[in-house]
Amino acid sequence: MALTGLDIYKLLPRTNCGDCGVPTCLAFAMKVAAKQAALDECPHVSEESQEAAGAASQPPQKLVTIGSGDRALKIGNETVMFRHDERFHHPCGIALLVNDTDDLDARMETVRSLSFERIGQIIDVDTVALNCASGDGEKLQEAAGRIQTELSLPVVLIADSADKLRPAAEGLSDGRPLLWERGGPSDALVELAASAKLPVVVEGDLEKCDADTQKAKGAGVEEMVLCPGEVSPLETLQFLTVTRRATLRRTYRPLGYPVLVRAWAQDPVQQSLEGCHYVDKYAGIVVLEVDSPEYVLPVLVTRQGIYIDPQVPVQVEAKVHEINNPTETSPLIVTTNFSLTYYSVLGEVEASRVPARILTVDTKGTSVLTAWAADEFGPEQIKDAIEKSGVFDQLGEGYRKPIIPGLVAVISGELREELEQEVIVGPKEASGLGRFLNNEWPKLVG
Amino acid sequence: MPVPDVKEKFSGVVHAVTIGATSEQGGSRTRTVTIGGETGLPMLSFEAEYPHRPAFALEVNTAGADDWHSQARKHVGEVAADLEKWAARCEEWGADLVCLHLDAAHPDLGGRSPEECADDVKRVLGATGLPLIVWGADVDEVDNNVLPKCTQAAAGENCLFGTAKEANYRTLAASCLADSHKIIAEAPSDINLSKQLHILLGDVGVNVQNIVMHPTCGALGFGMVYIYTTIERGRIAALGGDVLMQQPVVVNMGKEIGRVKEATSPDEDAPQWGKLDVRAPLWEAATAVGYMEAGAELFIMRNPEALQQAKTAVEALWPKA
Repeated sequence: MALTGLDIYKLLPRTNCGDCGVPTCLAFAMKVAAKQAALDECPHVSEESQEAAGAASQPPQKLVTIGSGDRALKIGNETVMFRHDERFHHPCGIALLVNDTDDLDARMETVRSLSFERIGQIIDVDTVALNCASGDGEKLQEAAGRIQTELSLPVVLIADSADKLRPAAEGLSDGRPLLWERGGPSDALVELAASAKLPVVVEGDLEKCDADTQKAKGAGVEEMVLCPGEVSPLETLQFLTVTRRATLRRTYRPLGYPVLVRAWAQDPVQQSLEGCHYVDKYAGIVVLEVDSPEYVLPVLVTRQGIYIDPQVPVQVEAKVHEINNPTETSPLIVTTNFSLTYYSVLGEVEASRVPARILTVDTKGTSVLTAWAADEFGPEQIKDAIEKSGVFDQLGEGYRKPIIPGLVAVISGELREELEQEVIVGPKEASGLGRFLNNEWPKLVG
Repeated sequence: MPVPDVKEKFSGVVHAVTIGATSEQGGSRTRTVTIGGETGLPMLSFEAEYPHRPAFALEVNTAGADDWHSQARKHVGEVAADLEKWAARCEEWGADLVCLHLDAAHPDLGGRSPEECADDVKRVLGATGLPLIVWGADVDEVDNNVLPKCTQAAAGENCLFGTAKEANYRTLAASCLADSHKIIAEAPSDINLSKQLHILLGDVGVNVQNIVMHPTCGALGFGMVYIYTTIERGRIAALGGDVLMQQPVVVNMGKEIGRVKEATSPDEDAPQWGKLDVRAPLWEAATAVGYMEAGAELFIMRNPEALQQAKTAVEALWPKA
């Protein structure tokens, strides 16, 4: 959070001595705020002021790291309430709840299976919330150790008292587990987290979180995650909104931490819907108990969407993509370079098992109809893209027949004239491509 | 230091729009549905008022349901050949409104005549006491022929008719004015286009308080996040006092679900995605609750099971009035 000139002025001696080379303290403060001067260019500024300025320049919401290595989860440091104001930066963790009494091999296999490729990205359950159902801290440590080693995923350790978390916290601190003492943190947990330098969950209503984070910070805990506890979905949503607002709009640091929530609904459908809500509105970690893909996938896809940078169209490279090893008799499919469009087409072509080429025209990442309406996907652009790619040189004489999306059938005539080649109008939706390539295409090239 | 008070007060309010008319009001509906009226962003009851819950409509289509995906057809298939039975069943399924889509008027789908379409509207009104939304065939010249007959046939029932678009709004606007219906203004995912259309409708005499807006829509994972942001930005503008954005939002989302592979691929093709009979309705419900989070108030759905799931979620989330 950048300081204003007036904020900086308050940190100065306000003597207008001019020793910094600027006639007044206020003018100097303005230069510092505009980053044209550094605060220490004032020879009289106190150490406390320097520290205060340093702290104030920290982002209002703390970045919290859970886990270690490539799969470490970094959450927090969010800067806006609405994605259109900039973007959401650090995708929330989606955690699967596992008990230390479960068949761990089976549970880890389940976690591994909850990984999907979508629009060219892997979306997966990326955190494990490990509950000390055994009531035995040693057992919790053993299970956590296995998850850290075998899945390499960050772990949230859940227990009802600090002493049950101690063995895992002390023994596995390199793996940076997040410590969640239900209803905590107690003084014992704060001490444990401070000495092991681990992140800790602060659970309770706003007032309790406010008091507890300040207490824990005073005791040396740096990284914290708030949690509203087991309250209704409406209260959870409001907790998420209020903490984010207090942090971003008021720079209120005691609530300046990401938030962990659990979808508590017993009904798996409602639990999944709850998860989607929390992902959209500000959760840092969402803990789910449901573990079947049909319930988890909507939550993962919701996360993938809301964290897309709205200022950057999601696009793929504009070029010829070769699928299933095409030859000189393979079909040439023309579409836009909007990711969603391309991956829809790609999925269908792959599934059809027909060797083919997909030419993605640079439409600045817009979809077929949008691009057509904006004059980015007309006969000229398609002709240019075909010529630049040299794709016709890879095709036999009778096979230089680009297949265009059925949605822009209207341009087929003009494109035919431009190219002096036959143009084939394909299906309107990507979903029709499999049938088209297998049944229609062979007839069209006879 | 006490927790700072972060309540926000907005100067604007979303218009409340009522659909349907009971016999006392000159219609024949057994109830009416009111949407809108919020004074804040969705579900923040610590600072704003939420007098009306979001409402859920089920789609009934004059072209039947043969091209619907299997999990929606599973429910509606047995009644899809009979508009009246279908409409009546919507009430049993828990719908707040029926949305009659006039797809059969489309030249490629049978080109049903304006008179026949008007009769369809009458029969549906006779078969259900729920308030009615009527959606044209989305072909300008067809809609301009068909919809005026339909607004007449439903005169007095205070229906919601759509859609008026920038390139084609005059006929529907005049018909809705003449027969006292509410109107859906459709502008694809753009606040300025929406505002422009509302101005045009206002210029031909439509009260902006009788408009529900449709920003178009996509399903979860299929363009939804763009529309989500359009709706959210529009709502922030509305609450900030922009009178041209203070209309409640409808999303016609049922048909969009059919385009999503994750929601429709058969189990044998996609075992990694889990059970289709769960995936399909949940995807539709998740799409609805996502849009609700952004500010939408009226959802047109196809799968009755998804409608029930979304309504249950609203029960748990929407602040009590």
